Amino acid sequence: MADLLRTPLYDMHLELGAKMVPFAGYEMPVQYPLGVMKEHLHCRAQAGLFDVSHMGQVILRGATAAEGLERLIPQDVIGLGEGRQRYGFFTNAHGGIEDDLMFANRGDHLFLVVNAGCKATDVARLRAALEPEVQVDYIVDRALLALQGPAAEAALAALAPEVAEMRFMDVATVSLNGAECWVSRSGYTGEDGYEISVPAEAAVALAQILLADARVTPIGLGARDSLRLEAGLCLYGHDIDATTSPVEAALSWGVQKLRRAGGARAGGFPGADVILAQIADGAPRKRVGLLPEGRAPMREGTEIFAQADGGAPLGRVTSGAFGPTLQAPMAMGYVPSEMSQTGTQLFGEVRGKRLPVRVAALPFTPANFKR
Amino acid sequence: MKYTEEHEWLREEDGLIVVGITEHASEQLGDVVFVDLPEEGTEVTKDEEICVIESVKAASDILAPLDGEIVEVNQLIVDEPSKVNDDPLGDAWFFKMKPSDLSPMEDYMDEAAYKKFVG
Repeated sequence: MADLLRTPLYDMHLELGAKMVPFAGYEMPVQYPLGVMKEHLHCRAQAGLFDVSHMGQVILRGATAAEGLERLIPQDVIGLGEGRQRYGFFTNAHGGIEDDLMFANRGDHLFLVVNAGCKATDVARLRAALEPEVQVDYIVDRALLALQGPAAEAALAALAPEVAEMRFMDVATVSLNGAECWVSRSGYTGEDGYEISVPAEAAVALAQILLADARVTPIGLGARDSLRLEAGLCLYGHDIDATTSPVEAALSWGVQKLRRAGGARAGGFPGADVILAQIADGAPRKRVGLLPEGRAPMREGTEIFAQADGGAPLGRVTSGAFGPTLQAPMAMGYVPSEMSQTGTQLFGEVRGKRLPVRVAALPFTPANFKR
Repeated sequence: MKYTEEHEWLREEDGLIVVGITEHASEQLGDVVFVDLPEEGTEVTKDEEICVIESVKAASDILAPLDGEIVEVNQLIVDEPSKVNDDPLGDAWFFKMKPSDLSPMEDYMDEAAYKKFVG
């Protein structure tokens, strides 16, 4: 696989027997010998370790960093307390989503984690908008690990007892196996757990010490995808992109009141006119959960219809798979808002056949965060 | 036992041909979560797509290896798709067909040739 980048954990993945695939310009483990289904179930039952070092880590420094970031995202950055993290998204002039991200207030700087496929564009956007008042540092000498699942707390607390005290979306600097790590209590599986930014040269040793815990197993991108879909979480480039607004994507909860019409810092981000109008008046379409009634998975691209035959497609599946915990097929997609109510009967066309599917509440499996 | 390049195995049994997928195919597919089989009594043409297998990764087709009639399908793998991973050469056969033309069997691989084929 020429021209693909490798994370600091590449050799370890091979030693663990991973099947490597190209993903967002990186050679990444899609699964280990355990297989996608068992990896998924293990993460929900105990704990899984994910290499997410392909994701972008960025630091913003400067007295106006929070104000500056608020010009690019519709979130309350200034009001985010020290040691706390928040979910956000970069928007464009049309109200679409350019990328989604996590940002944390780490005292004298903001720490951002952005998607691998968007990181170059994100860094360029941040530099163009914020420099020179704000220093934009793209971190290339750190790996990123995620430890997820009900046993994640016990496994990580074995190395640093203080992580047990952290609550969902707390961030802290923690010494793990002798390395200075930036830890957040968050993740993208619907489970309790941590994301750990670790110096590249200390990453393998930390991963190995975590994997030496009998409760922890390595998890590939395959199970990462089914875990996040069961948790109702969006995958950028699939469920959200530059053409979907946060309101259509059912992410309005991520726009704090203060940035909405009538709020103290209303608007002032790209596409604010479109997004704030949609928050007030609704959007023509909405991202929903979809549960096929049969056993056939409805994959990304499946067209959605109102009737069992005839008519034009009204929507489309943006993520679809079999849910190992759900033990049934599951999907997310966009439908007209008037058809977005839970329980609405629709049809997905799979291999020329219209199969019944119902609009369902998200997440498909209950979240297990440590609030 | 004969093997196709599509990773199906064919076994003669009481004048019928029993068809399933190979262990190699089931490993490559990963965990199978859905199987769609043809109706019993369907007349099929060689290379026609007649079954769908969906795994956690993707959907793939099974082609009719011969012309003929589908006389029996295996409901077990519809009810428990994971059997395709557990016992692809045994319990998890897909269908039995009554061939109208057995001549393609000559071209299909024997076990040694198939082992070489999958490397």
